[in-house]
Amino acid sequence: MKNLFAFVLKHNFIFVFLFLQVVCAWLMVQNNGYQGSHVLNSSNETVSNIYQTAANTKEYFYLKQENDKLALENSVMRNFLKMNYSILPLTEFKKDDTLYKQQYSYISAKVVNSSVNKRRNFLTINAGANQGIEQDMAVMAPDGIVGIVTNVSPNFSSAMSLLHKDVRVNCQLKKDGSYGPLIWDGSDYRFCSLTDIPTHAKMKKGDTVVTSELSGIFPEGIMVGTIESYEKKENESYFTIKVRLHADLKKVNHVYVIKNRFKVERDSLELNTQKQIDD
Amino acid sequence: MTTEVIKNILRFILLVLLQVIIIQNINLTGYVILLPYVIIIIMISFETPKLMVLISSFLLGVVIDYFYDSSGLHASACTIMGFSRYYVLKYIAPRDGYDIGVRPTVEDMGIEWFLRYAGTLVFIHHFFLFYLEIFRFSEFFSTLLRVILSSIGTLSLIYLIQFLFFSNRKRT
Repeated sequence: MKNLFAFVLKHNFIFVFLFLQVVCAWLMVQNNGYQGSHVLNSSNETVSNIYQTAANTKEYFYLKQENDKLALENSVMRNFLKMNYSILPLTEFKKDDTLYKQQYSYISAKVVNSSVNKRRNFLTINAGANQGIEQDMAVMAPDGIVGIVTNVSPNFSSAMSLLHKDVRVNCQLKKDGSYGPLIWDGSDYRFCSLTDIPTHAKMKKGDTVVTSELSGIFPEGIMVGTIESYEKKENESYFTIKVRLHADLKKVNHVYVIKNRFKVERDSLELNTQKQIDD
Repeated sequence: MTTEVIKNILRFILLVLLQVIIIQNINLTGYVILLPYVIIIIMISFETPKLMVLISSFLLGVVIDYFYDSSGLHASACTIMGFSRYYVLKYIAPRDGYDIGVRPTVEDMGIEWFLRYAGTLVFIHHFFLFYLEIFRFSEFFSTLLRVILSSIGTLSLIYLIQFLFFSNRKRT
């Protein structure tokens, strides 16, 4: 025993090194997995505040583009105002007295930090549990989808952006309806690949790709991007499509977090069904 | 002595902020990722005990992890770098050891020595960082390309930064 202590003390450099590596490995394993709780992340208040200051400064440089975008969005919204519609004579309509149920609601937020140049990219947004954000909600910019919320603190939350090696979002071709997971190969932040599209699907360059109801968190039909090119690799019976993302993830500033009001119900139903099959 | 400690702490804060606020947002394709914050480990003076180098590199990694949302990743790579610094220094030491009061800068040690020293350490850091980040073999060669290109980019930035932050010359 004495010899063991003497040995450890003599080689303390190496043992401290090994110990620190074990700590790091533990931290990394904690972080692993889709919903694993992060020990170190930027939804921490101090870090978020530093990023918030930096983002506030940067915002001034992009005021003009943001204004243009908001004005454009306003004009789109204006089209939905009631005063722009004339009332049709009721005799032409048979209207059931049924209420629509609202499935998705939107919470607006601002991005205080984002990156595009890592293999796992995250966004930090300045809305958190106090504003009603929960894990697994979808994040979209005015011009396209952006990511999925992974971690929530009282006033901030961090979201995996589309540019994360573990993100899979189910998307479909708008024209054809074929769907498949959208993944990122890590080379260019402007492009993602849509895989598993059957070979009989009809498409051409420039076609629109939208989100699919299958993803469970995005409403159907939100803009994702356009087809840049597509190819069928040898020995595969599926197309892999290179999608040019419509939202510029390098410039994303104002975002909406989408809440699916029926998510819990749907998930538990699917889980029960799965359980019945398994039994 | 105390002024030197305060100076070092200021440099630490400045370099970390430089990394996370400005350099993090520089995007030169997905293959060149600039991480010049490792200059903090490179510039620790020769006399510092090796155990202290190891622990300060670990702490640096943890701080960067907080900002980069990558729990443990930078800490691990930095610890490996702090560990290998001792052996790299031993391997490329001049014949009669390092003089007291000399810092590992280009001014004191010459450019050839500095590039060999910093280049090796930066390559070690990037190598472990990128392979731990991707953690699979299927992208082996594209990751190797990233390691090499990023090392070159980081090294050139480090070369410039050490003139800015670690110059010994008294300004007149």
